Amino acid sequence: MGLLAFFRRSQPTANVAKERLRIIVAQERTARGGPDYLPTLRRELMEVIRKYINVDPEAVQINLEKEDGHEVLEFSVALPEKGKA
Amino acid sequence: MTEIIVVTSGKGGVGKTTTSASVACGLARRGKRVAVIDFDIGLRNLDLIMGCERRVVYDFVNVIQGDCTLKQALIKDKRIETLFVLAASQTRDKDALSMEGVRKVFDELIADGFEYIICDSPAGIEKGAHLAMYYADRAIVVVNPEVSSVRDSDRILGLLSSKTQRAEKGEEKVKEHLLLTRYSPRRVATGEMMSVGDVKEILGLDVIGVIPESPDVLSASNAGTPVILNDQSDVSRAYEDAVGRLLGDTLPLRFLEEPKKGFLARMFGG
Repeated sequence: MGLLAFFRRSQPTANVAKERLRIIVAQERTARGGPDYLPTLRRELMEVIRKYINVDPEAVQINLEKEDGHEVLEFSVALPEKGKA
Repeated sequence: MTEIIVVTSGKGGVGKTTTSASVACGLARRGKRVAVIDFDIGLRNLDLIMGCERRVVYDFVNVIQGDCTLKQALIKDKRIETLFVLAASQTRDKDALSMEGVRKVFDELIADGFEYIICDSPAGIEKGAHLAMYYADRAIVVVNPEVSSVRDSDRILGLLSSKTQRAEKGEEKVKEHLLLTRYSPRRVATGEMMSVGDVKEILGLDVIGVIPESPDVLSASNAGTPVILNDQSDVSRAYEDAVGRLLGDTLPLRFLEEPKKGFLARMFGG
């Protein structure tokens, strides 16, 4: 690496890439095996929640977990801190 | 016994055709009888990378439609005795390839004693990509250490486990391998690029090869000589290793670290 390049060094962003991919890939894998209505369900649930609470779309997680013999639809909403909503 | 290998990725421009050409050459150089087929109907390119573009008379679609025999359409490589190329058609008709047509060509290749059929998939998840993977026994998923490529290849993994003949018939699943291309050990060391370990962890695949970023790849495609045939290049050595692993060799990954530079080179760049 030359002197100039040393001062113009790029940001180490590989960790950010990895973390974002870890989340989105996990989310897309859940949706993949699951029924087609999951995205619509997620959207409609979001609309209902947002009638009452102003939550960020990223704060809503919907997961379909397969455990031996039965499936669990897990839905979690991280509520905003008091005063910010 | 014939093994059908699809080279796929989802995203375009990551090195599928470069990989198909080099893996096919690598297998053929070891004496295997290999056919490498371009599935990118409408956007033929494997012929250029293989350096046989002026010898294409008949293509894949011609064979399927019965305009010629398979023997007439297979282009025999001038460098390696046991290597044959089947070019993609330049037709704009996306339905020119059919499941039955592909099966017919594969059956004929199998009957003819080919040991490996390498399917160079088009980018995307449309019909061409689907047909390229449908009959596969193995898949080489080509990935750049970059967010969109990694995400797209995960989509492809989903399709491999649901939209292939093996998946539909409930047979043993398609063997999937990760091949990282355009890998820059220097940028990995500075934290600018995801490492082979990172990508492996996200996708959960075994790594069949890591191909370093190199100007040799462009030179090779300029010349129409698959890069594996450039014995001076690290890229060639990395592809040779990948071919060895495909055949069951256990080899440590190479070229994961930046070659050491002298003091002057480090101070003044280069």
